[in-house]
Amino acid sequence: MNNVLVYCELSEKNTIADISLELCTKGRQLATRLGCRLQAAVLGSQVGEAAASLYPYGVDDVFLADDKRLSPYRNLPHFAVLSKLIQAQQPQIVLFGASSVGRDLAPRIASFLRCGLTADCTALEIGSHEDAKTGKTYDDILYQIRPAFGGNIIATIVCPETRPQMATVREGVMKKEVYDPAYKGTVIPVRLDASLDSADKAVEILSREIEEQKIDIKGAQIIVAGGYGMGSRENFQLLHRFAHLIGASVGATRAAVDAGFCESERQIGQTGVTVRPKLYIACGISGAVQHRAGMDQSAKIISINTDPDAPINAIADYTIVGDAMTVIPQFMACYKKNLK
Amino acid sequence: MSFRIVVLAKQVPDTHNVGADAMNADGTVNRSALPVVFNPEDLKALEMALQVKDRMPGATVTVITMGPPRAGEIIKDALNRGADDGFVLSDARFAGADTLATSYALSQAIRQMGRVDLIFGGRQAIDGDTAQVGPQVAEKLDMPQITYAEELLDVDAGGISVRRRLERGIECVKAKLPVLVTVTSAAADCRYPNAHRMLRRAKDEVRMVNADGIGADMDRLGLKGSPTKVKQIVNVVLSHKESVVIEPTEAALGELSATLIKAHIL
Repeated sequence: MNNVLVYCELSEKNTIADISLELCTKGRQLATRLGCRLQAAVLGSQVGEAAASLYPYGVDDVFLADDKRLSPYRNLPHFAVLSKLIQAQQPQIVLFGASSVGRDLAPRIASFLRCGLTADCTALEIGSHEDAKTGKTYDDILYQIRPAFGGNIIATIVCPETRPQMATVREGVMKKEVYDPAYKGTVIPVRLDASLDSADKAVEILSREIEEQKIDIKGAQIIVAGGYGMGSRENFQLLHRFAHLIGASVGATRAAVDAGFCESERQIGQTGVTVRPKLYIACGISGAVQHRAGMDQSAKIISINTDPDAPINAIADYTIVGDAMTVIPQFMACYKKNLK
Repeated sequence: MSFRIVVLAKQVPDTHNVGADAMNADGTVNRSALPVVFNPEDLKALEMALQVKDRMPGATVTVITMGPPRAGEIIKDALNRGADDGFVLSDARFAGADTLATSYALSQAIRQMGRVDLIFGGRQAIDGDTAQVGPQVAEKLDMPQITYAEELLDVDAGGISVRRRLERGIECVKAKLPVLVTVTSAAADCRYPNAHRMLRRAKDEVRMVNADGIGADMDRLGLKGSPTKVKQIVNVVLSHKESVVIEPTEAALGELSATLIKAHIL
């Protein structure tokens, strides 16, 4: 049986990383649609507990490789184990996080298996595909949908002839959702062979300094940013709730940071960071040129402001004239409704 | 035995300066309307390669790119900045290559060079952002890889150590040679072109290498060798000049969120 496989990353605390739980949620939908099993690969050291935590996400089988040499992540040891596992199991789809781990591992696996890999997908769907040249129709193909070309186009990529079909997805793009708290899967131990010994020797980690979670808005695909017009630190909490709902990061103007509404790491603009998200939602931001310099290359900009003549509106794709404190809850309600 | 270093580079459309005529009516990219640049992270990779060359007397740096003959511009630029040699893999048979077919062509070109100690490349190109070609070349050459390098720490005949930049921290690693290293935007900027070199090489022709010159299996090149196919392309360029005013009503906000979800923005 050709199943759906999710490669699971581990956090610094040796739990399953959020990105992987998000992929399991999506993988469950795909497996259900395809009528196959959802499988996960967990490679690490002392990860039995982490493996069991996957079941509520609808994982049927967990392939577990438990060995000291697999933690922390290094490319070749994980490659040695995962490439063999995929060759033996022949999944039809394999999903990876578009993280520094997934983007390091997935291309090497795809090269080894000579199959296609689509990076940074924003949507994954199942459908049919007709080859324009040969007229041949392929059923139950994975549509790998991603923005390309600096966010100016959306491309749907398919791999009709090769298996597995592989894709990476960025953290926060898919929703993480418990499928069934009582769901029970099984653990299948992976037998490790001599290839791990040679893989272990290639690259040595001299030191590691990883922070559990640090604020880094630079790579965010969606940013909800607040200005002085948000009024207070308490009101800024609404931005955090809004950002959480839509998988965004929270940014701020210098004025908002100076007023103590949020941490300085979130400051966007000439003296802060420069961002180029696919969507920038400016809330209570007038749009001083210093701020615009740090965000005017955003693919799409929405401005929410009580002042119809705020300078930010000149570069916004959409302008909503109103108080952010009332518009945002309205928008959140609409968004939730539309997702259903 | 001198140290041999390869840099993989790409000439890319400047996606940060996309104009109104950048897209054809059929949704494909109008490459001729776009300014082209040396892919920024590849320039950083070139700098790291030149830093190795600085520390290893007698080391040579060869820059390889794949693209139309025009891509010779970046080879010339790299030579002016300090590379020793370079060429363009240019052939209609390479056209339409995805990352798998691209990495195959590049790895074949490197194989022709015999022993290579170090390969550098940018983490990713700004026109695709896939970050796949580096690791795929490493796999094809059966070489270990270090991705996300931001600083060269040490190098000698026995190995290289670099600092990697990850999402939530840093990692210092040491690898035996040969190894392939991909370099992120956080790394040092590339040194400037040298005026003497520019003058001396002004009239030099950049070498072009075709598919026959790399001993390639033609079925693994170009569109034919690419498992990924583009099924559909939707142009999402919106003019920034006209801001759509949305009333703060449930109906209007609902429509806006539905539009954004449909366009895969939300």
